[in-house]
Amino acid sequence: MTRLLAVVAIAFSTAFAPAIQAETLVFRGATIHPVSAPVISDGAIVVVDGRIDAVGASNEIRTPRGATEIDVTGKVIIPGIVDAHSHIGGPAGGDRSSPLSPDTRSLDAIDVLSDAFWRARTGGITTLNVMPGSGHLMSGQTTYLKVRKSPRRIEDMLFCDDAINGICGGMKMANGTNSIRDSKAFPGTRSRSAALQRKLFIDAQNYMAKQDKAKADGKPMPPVDLGLEAVAQILRGERRVQFHTHRHNDIMTVLRLAEEFGFDPVIQHGTDSWKVAEEIAAAGIPVSLTMLDAPGGKEEVLDWNLEVARILDDAGVDVSINTDDSVTDSRLILRHAALAVRYGLPETRALEALTIAGARALELDDRVGSIEPGKDADLVILSGEPFSTYTQVAQTWVEGEMVYDRENPEHRKYATGGVDTYRSTTYAHEHDHEEDKR
Amino acid sequence: MRTFVATLIVSLAAFHAQASDIAIIGDMVYTMEGDPIENGVVLIEDGKISRVGREGRVRIPDGVPIKRAAVVTPGFVDAHSTVGLSGVYGGRAGQVRDQDQLETSDPVQPQLDPIDAYNTKDPLVDWIRQYGVTTIHTGHGPGAVISGRTMIVKTTGDTPESALVEKDTAIAVTLGPGIDNDFDSPGTRAKAVAMLRSALLEAQAYAEKLDSDDPPGRDLEKEVMASVLNGDIAVMVTAHSVTDIAAALRLKREFDLKLWLDGVADAQLMIEEIREADVPVLLHAPRLRARRETKNAAFDTGVYLKEADIPFAYQTGYEGYVPKSRVLLFEVMIAVANGLSFEDALAAMTTSPAAILGIEDRVGSLKRGKDGDVVLFDGDPFEYTSHVCGVVIDGEMVSETCH
Repeated sequence: MTRLLAVVAIAFSTAFAPAIQAETLVFRGATIHPVSAPVISDGAIVVVDGRIDAVGASNEIRTPRGATEIDVTGKVIIPGIVDAHSHIGGPAGGDRSSPLSPDTRSLDAIDVLSDAFWRARTGGITTLNVMPGSGHLMSGQTTYLKVRKSPRRIEDMLFCDDAINGICGGMKMANGTNSIRDSKAFPGTRSRSAALQRKLFIDAQNYMAKQDKAKADGKPMPPVDLGLEAVAQILRGERRVQFHTHRHNDIMTVLRLAEEFGFDPVIQHGTDSWKVAEEIAAAGIPVSLTMLDAPGGKEEVLDWNLEVARILDDAGVDVSINTDDSVTDSRLILRHAALAVRYGLPETRALEALTIAGARALELDDRVGSIEPGKDADLVILSGEPFSTYTQVAQTWVEGEMVYDRENPEHRKYATGGVDTYRSTTYAHEHDHEEDKR
Repeated sequence: MRTFVATLIVSLAAFHAQASDIAIIGDMVYTMEGDPIENGVVLIEDGKISRVGREGRVRIPDGVPIKRAAVVTPGFVDAHSTVGLSGVYGGRAGQVRDQDQLETSDPVQPQLDPIDAYNTKDPLVDWIRQYGVTTIHTGHGPGAVISGRTMIVKTTGDTPESALVEKDTAIAVTLGPGIDNDFDSPGTRAKAVAMLRSALLEAQAYAEKLDSDDPPGRDLEKEVMASVLNGDIAVMVTAHSVTDIAAALRLKREFDLKLWLDGVADAQLMIEEIREADVPVLLHAPRLRARRETKNAAFDTGVYLKEADIPFAYQTGYEGYVPKSRVLLFEVMIAVANGLSFEDALAAMTTSPAAILGIEDRVGSLKRGKDGDVVLFDGDPFEYTSHVCGVVIDGEMVSETCH
């Protein structure tokens, strides 16, 4: 009866309370994978006001007065999953007018009401890097967001506090074949792709030098250039480049540009990264992998190798696993990591690749990616061990609020799909049209 | 000369026989012919299964190599793929042109024979084989009213002929909005159906004239369609929406077609109609992306078909971009994760597709007399982290590394 009341209390509070819960929760009895610490076989997690207050062995954690205790005996809890490459919400960045569109913000274009966000919730994903596509050398600013409950506008999902002037994500760049087009504005070769990117960074350096000089001379600042401001943020280390790249020499071009201009990118996809793992490791650049079931679809994905995660991990590269939703399905991100395990990545590393490594790729590891005091209470409650076919995501919690409950048929339908479940007319990230490469 | 050829054939046959003898012992052997056998043996001689039984009760002849595995299943049969025609490159401008699954010069081309395009050396043939797919129903793809014909091949062989199990299996028909991307006409559903009906009616008239005193000259297209009308060639209709499924069933009633529904994202809405029409379903891969006409696609549609006793088998269909093919095993795992039983899932990729495709005398189960097509696993076949550690086709080990 007490438990029933508690459940009712949660149901009401989640329905009417603001995003962050002014209450204390204790999850007790589960096997907990904190990721930042060894597995706790019978553990407890205390959540206060949407943040993790304590985590440890169940017999060492007391339930604070007035707290709601949630019995999760027999379940497995992992941190909320961080997907460092998604297209849910379907934002496009730049248009046909230019291959370099640093001024465009995906946050102005994301459809927060898209039912595709349910794919993330049912898959246990709580943090997303939603990006514009790869059909541009620089297609625009990406958005880091929380898959919170019932958002009405992008501001309800952001990590940043200021959607107007804040830095609310990274910058999407690309090289290789997607951004090479039969159009005068766009590059026709790899060398021109790199030259155009190089020129933009030099333009931004000049822009910054003018600003510095104006400041030093006490003169009025030069007119604001929206695009160069965003590129300057990259050069100052305030905005991270998320670089779509596949072929080994395109990856090397990314490393070259990064060294030349002193920025710190994340390699996105990195199909051939297993061929240049030592070079990537030496550069200290992380790789965010999209785990494909098969090669092909375009020439630069011909040498896809399912051992890539293990090879990179062995070489000392920080590896995370993304969905590139809808290239792979957000509902099955645990399965995508299991595919890496199938090909030799240790399970502990696979769990890191889904959580803390993704958080590091987004520079959000102070807030998410592990279960430790002070971090956001983003939790995934699983029916069993993370990498089994027979394990289900039972619940997903964001900042102490349950955003997905498999027991609820209105939620569960999104886990399987079915009649009139996914109704959005635009399904993000359609790769299969030549003119719609992203 | 004839003697020489005969000798050569005999010696090749003898060599072949040696290379295609193998005994496979499994902790658990799912024969798909009754209960699984613990510590079972599958003995293959001269490429064919000669004995299946418990270890110790099957005598393994001296010199026959023995392979062991935790779990042994029949080779998988992909009910509908375009592998071998829709090449790994994706054939974009400026890259290798290897997309032969769809010809866009005319929306009605039953005369196209996939054997003239099938690439035994496409890397995707090897790729799906390493995950246990030994037989595929492949050919021309979705995207035209009649895009061409299909055939059944083994995922082995150097030439299309050596891979062939059956030629002229079906014509590949698509109904729904997928067609109008590449053709001026049809631009509507009704027009596509009208074009199909016209082609069938013309073939009827052609067939009648063949029996007359004044038979017409040969006509490649009409010959194929006449074989469709007499049931020698099946009609595989890729249809997802209720409207298109209903149109396919209507065509079956009008022309008494041997119909297979393919894809069928709206299957859950048409259970009664499909059952009454007694039509098998080549069901979309569980992870087919739910959008537009496939918006009702679900991980668990197979569960509903099974409950309704509708014969169904999983297909992987056509993929246009990255990755260039689905992998049958990886897809069926998702059905298992969402409620399809282990046995039903295994049946939907072995016995069931073999029966629907009419090749159950050759493949689909581990039974004396059938082809020696076997998959060896190191654990539960549907567990994400298990591996396929051996694939045998016609008694030959064609893949031996763990995947």
